[in-house]
Amino acid sequence: MNVSALTPSELKFRLKKAGIYLQTGSFTTHLKTTIPSVAEGIGLLYADYPLVEQDCFADFHISLTRPRNLRRWFKPQVLFLFDGNTIFKPLPLDQAFPMLEWGLNWCVSTHVNHCLMIHAAVVEKGGFAAIMPAPPGSGKSTLCAALVNRGWRLLSDELALIRVSDGKLIPLPRPVSLKNESIEIIRRYEPNAIFSRKVADTIKGTVAHMKAPADSIVRAAEVVQVAWVIFPKYQAGATACLETLPQSRAFMRVADNSFNYSLLGLQGFKAMTNLIDASLCYDFTYSKLDDAIEIFGALRPQASNNHHVYANEL
Amino acid sequence: MIPNYLILQALREPETLISLSLPDWDLLICQARRANLLARICLLLDERSLLKQVPPKPRQHLEWSRVISEKHIQAVHWEITQIRKALEKVGVPVVLLKGAAYVMAKLPSAKGRLFSDIDIIVPKGSLSVVEAALMLHGWAATHHDAYDQRYYRTWMHELPPMRHIKRKTVIDVHHAILPETAALHPDSAKLLAAAQFLDGYDDVKVFAPADMVLHSAVHLFHNDQLDQGLRDLVDIDSLLRHFSRLPTFWTDLSVRAHELGLMRPLFYALRYAVHFLNTPVPSGMMEAIQNGRPNPLTLFFTDQLFERALLPAHKSCSDWLTGAARQILYVRATWLRMPSLLLARHLFHKAFISPKPE
Repeated sequence: MNVSALTPSELKFRLKKAGIYLQTGSFTTHLKTTIPSVAEGIGLLYADYPLVEQDCFADFHISLTRPRNLRRWFKPQVLFLFDGNTIFKPLPLDQAFPMLEWGLNWCVSTHVNHCLMIHAAVVEKGGFAAIMPAPPGSGKSTLCAALVNRGWRLLSDELALIRVSDGKLIPLPRPVSLKNESIEIIRRYEPNAIFSRKVADTIKGTVAHMKAPADSIVRAAEVVQVAWVIFPKYQAGATACLETLPQSRAFMRVADNSFNYSLLGLQGFKAMTNLIDASLCYDFTYSKLDDAIEIFGALRPQASNNHHVYANEL
Repeated sequence: MIPNYLILQALREPETLISLSLPDWDLLICQARRANLLARICLLLDERSLLKQVPPKPRQHLEWSRVISEKHIQAVHWEITQIRKALEKVGVPVVLLKGAAYVMAKLPSAKGRLFSDIDIIVPKGSLSVVEAALMLHGWAATHHDAYDQRYYRTWMHELPPMRHIKRKTVIDVHHAILPETAALHPDSAKLLAAAQFLDGYDDVKVFAPADMVLHSAVHLFHNDQLDQGLRDLVDIDSLLRHFSRLPTFWTDLSVRAHELGLMRPLFYALRYAVHFLNTPVPSGMMEAIQNGRPNPLTLFFTDQLFERALLPAHKSCSDWLTGAARQILYVRATWLRMPSLLLARHLFHKAFISPKPE
């Protein structure tokens, strides 16, 4: 059963009482909340995600609640609880849904240590994945949103999960987080895309989340071979340009964007080496999304990729 | 009597876990994660070759936590190498305390441990040279407020925690195991004199077995932060089981507790280790430390408090009195640290004069 099988009031009721067991990629999250904007956001952006109904095991137990203090009455706030404990400082109540999204990212990035985790958007076409690691502000989510509206499958907007045991990328398709001008750019680019309500004045500026394409959600269990590591950079007025990056530079830059490279120690080093070996690495500067789509459409995996033998198998 | 919480079942009889249902695993993982014991449970199962029989989902959580613990333990080794280097010329052996000692002495208490800092103890007379040497090698004081500095230096049993500028690791340099202002005064000179060199080292020591247990007991039962309480009790349980192989361990322990005036904390440590974790304690031992037993009324209340506060801070292990129990034990611990007038002055300063953290 998917979330969409519940009416808005049923969803609200469940979230309030027992909570829902929401399946996103390979993770199950037990979510409880009484906050209407969160229920609304779930109903809209998670409509196509399965609910786990039997033998419930949740990877993460979270709830969004309003702190019981005086501010409740004039400047209401929201708290993100993990296993019943506060993880972050409270935010204004208006930011409850973005906080859920950030909190879900936190759950994954602080726990999932059978994967090398990279702060990156990931998309797939023709059985090969492109990882786009980049610091905030480089336009990675904008590019990702454009690509997934033009035939690429969304694997993740925030977290590249590379399984240490075999180097395969584990999809985690969730809503794409867009900021400031990007929101309108993508709205114009794909008028059919579904967005959550804009929330202003967050730590990242104005944010809105775009619903993941239904096909990406259905195929969330299909792991993928990585073929490209591309560092996108939006530059106003620039001609789209794909520039080959030496492996050594790419290695260090991916490591800089990793959540657990050093935590994984030798395993992390091996996983990273295999990832870079299997990938063509580029710097990518762009200003027009259509140019970007064209260049991404022309990407071919390196010849050896099909025969690539994973070092751990040797 | 303490109900059979899953977390206690896991620690007492790990082999029974393989029959748990998925919802039970779900709950156990929440409890164990809260208590920082998830990695330990992973290792307990792995030692018994039972890990493969755990359903894949919960097994993944156990393995995730093991990765973190392995990294922490590796980092402790590296950090101790750095500390030894920093203190090379000081001429005082480094005596490791608690977790760092368990790791370096390869004790079973180290299994699956997580670390937030490293504790060492040095003679009080060497404090300033040790502090200076650490500063030269990149550790800097963390508490810059003049009042906090005096709080630590005049009243406490340790320097203000020092953080390494590059690695961000924290070291606590102690000169005693209880604050100067506490009613109990175990003699640091005696503890240091009995400390033993680690195998293969001529500059790193750990406390003698009995002293290690006593310090662990003092740490737990005089601590104002009980959120790691169960983990600390697991340390005690594990030390007792391990050292009970030594022929004179139990006698040494009770003699030493008398000598250092630490019968009360030892009494509590044994009592709750038995209650929570079924630690095998020889029958004569409880009689040998009867001096440490409080009067029946006090004991009744203490039981009520510790039987709540030592459980993981998770709603499944809490009742309506748990919050109050933690609060009362916090006040108790602070009170044990300082005479009441000094405490009143300290709390007044903290409440009204100290600058508020942002």
